[in-house]
Amino acid sequence: MKPTTVQLFATCIVETLRPEAGMAVVEVLERLGLAIEYPEGQTCCGQPAFNGGLWDDARAMARHTLDVLCRDVPPERLYEPAPIVVPSGSCADMIVHHYPELFADDPKYGPLAKDVASRTFEFSQFIVEAPGITDLGAHAEGKVVYHPSCHLLRGLGVDEAPRKLLSRVQGLEVVDLPGATECCGFGGLFALKMSDISGAMLNRKLDNVESSGAQCVVGCDVSCLLHIGGGLHRRGAKIETKHLAELLTNDER
Amino acid sequence: MSDTAFNKRVELALSDSSLHIALERVTSRFTTLRHNGFASLPHADEVRDRARLIRAHTLSRLDSYLAQFANSVEAAGGRVHWAADTAAANGVVVELAKERGAKTVVKGKSMVSEETHLNRALEAAGITVVESDLGEYIIQLAGETPSHIIAPAIHKTKEQVGQLLHEKLGIPLTDDPAQMTAAARAKLREVFLTADMGVSGVNFGVAQTGTICLVENEGNGRLTTSAPRIHVALMGIERLVPTLDDLSIMLQVLARSATGQKLSVYTNLITGPRRREEPDGPGDLHIVLVDNGRSRILGTRLAEILYCVRCGACLNACPVYQQIGGHAYGSVYPGPVGAVLTPALEGIDPWSELPQASSLCGACREVCPVRIDIPRMLLELRDESHRAGLTPLWLKVGLPIYRFVATRPALFKLASTLARWVTRPLASQGWLTRLPPPLSGWTDHRDFPALAARPFSDQLRDKHRKGAKTQSYTKTSS
Repeated sequence: MKPTTVQLFATCIVETLRPEAGMAVVEVLERLGLAIEYPEGQTCCGQPAFNGGLWDDARAMARHTLDVLCRDVPPERLYEPAPIVVPSGSCADMIVHHYPELFADDPKYGPLAKDVASRTFEFSQFIVEAPGITDLGAHAEGKVVYHPSCHLLRGLGVDEAPRKLLSRVQGLEVVDLPGATECCGFGGLFALKMSDISGAMLNRKLDNVESSGAQCVVGCDVSCLLHIGGGLHRRGAKIETKHLAELLTNDER
Repeated sequence: MSDTAFNKRVELALSDSSLHIALERVTSRFTTLRHNGFASLPHADEVRDRARLIRAHTLSRLDSYLAQFANSVEAAGGRVHWAADTAAANGVVVELAKERGAKTVVKGKSMVSEETHLNRALEAAGITVVESDLGEYIIQLAGETPSHIIAPAIHKTKEQVGQLLHEKLGIPLTDDPAQMTAAARAKLREVFLTADMGVSGVNFGVAQTGTICLVENEGNGRLTTSAPRIHVALMGIERLVPTLDDLSIMLQVLARSATGQKLSVYTNLITGPRRREEPDGPGDLHIVLVDNGRSRILGTRLAEILYCVRCGACLNACPVYQQIGGHAYGSVYPGPVGAVLTPALEGIDPWSELPQASSLCGACREVCPVRIDIPRMLLELRDESHRAGLTPLWLKVGLPIYRFVATRPALFKLASTLARWVTRPLASQGWLTRLPPPLSGWTDHRDFPALAARPFSDQLRDKHRKGAKTQSYTKTSS
């Protein structure tokens, strides 16, 4: 059955650092005729604490997120759980793969985690898999590269979806990014804990971005894009970073 | 970064430009070779699945396969020695050498012998040890340790090796690998002909037949195990496969994963010592089964690391290894596998930084021939590390504060508003170029964006008010 409503889990990074990516996601979903529910009270999925080894804290944040996503279903949708769309491969991977692990032995949150995991999709994955979607009428000029973020590519196994969507943007030239599948070095707290190693990884990514001749790096994880963008800005490179949705809503000719 | 020994090694590695040249040359070459190797294997995914199953099955019945293997080895005329730890393993080899009057030992490549520091033990007993694997020979001459599981001298450029051989062997200075190899080969020939004992590692032991399998590309392994009168093989207890059929599966993925070869140039299968009718080969074959912490890992959430076949693919694929090389890890086994295996074998306390030295990008899991979920175990070890009280103070304090805020939406909103007020005036053109510790790690290498003027949830509410389709709803329960 074709979904008519989706829940949006915006992520803390979109909320505080890159709202324009979130608004573009909303725009795309609405153009596809979907109604969007934004469960109030959402904050952070808990991934920083989970990756940091503080699993009790991660569980607390995950319980909060599960409560937000499950408890407050409006009455008209009670029997039809909506897909949850997340504009981040990494946060979606956390919910899809690690929530069920964190609550494997929890009689209350275990089933909730499984339910939420089963209906959570990263943005591009959802768009491509949702039926009846062809051309979004997007148009953009210039050369871009696509950066496949690690948790999207190797965690969720999503690679074709964003590339397919990008190829449908009229006027856009998508060029190859050398070493595309190499990590940009972000890794959440890794960028702080092991900042010199992370910085060396970032430099390699930036060299590859610059050598590609692209004017913009496109991706599906705002966190990695902020990392790459921060590196590009430090170098003084005039290369933008954009979430995929921002290009899909671009219709300026 | 704080001033720990690990961080110092990392700093040293990151500033070593020769190391970078060497790592870039070799890891990219191995990565391409591996890719092409698997491209030529029909049903590669299924073969890898099967290889994984063989490892899982063997380890689930390791006790009975070990007993079967020991019986088969003895039936073929070999001797089996059980070594619980490094001291016991070295003790067996040193005693054998003394008992048989061995003065020179020639060694094939063996990571277990690195684990036990066998060379040191033999030398302390007055016995000369010569490494015969070219890479191991180079680092022995240099007085170093291996920095890669299958390419021990990966950290050296060919120019550095040329200089080393010039100094140590007195050959003319060259950067031509063929000339260097010829010089090393001439030296090693003498050693093979005079050594009293050959010590090797083992890639796989076959429980059914008592056969040990060694793969190599230089022929040194074959000479080490056949020229001297005594052959001693060191083997981790997890290195078993049930049958020769299983071995054939493992060999298909091992060679491709390590070097992209369909089969290594020398795949040696050794069953027992020289038989009466055979003209040559060692009269004595001793197999030392080394535990050294492995049996403690069985049955734990880190047990999967024992599936490892030591191909080194995860090192080549790892973006962290590519930057810092093997020595920065400080452990015998470097790279992603080492970051799990080392704390698993030796305890988390001295090695708590290794599982942190990963962006969890998953490249290791993707290339592992037996699909070991290394990122999962790095996370398990981070959990263990935290429970052992080894989390740095700023995270031990900071993350629970973050949790306190993030589980209270109103407080989260307030905190983001405050952060916005603080960061926006400090930013220049939307970017912050310097942050205070511990956030300074970020701004050491990249700028940080100022918080958005209007958070997403507010922008969405504005849009909603204008009559768009999006609907927000608030908690009604609790």
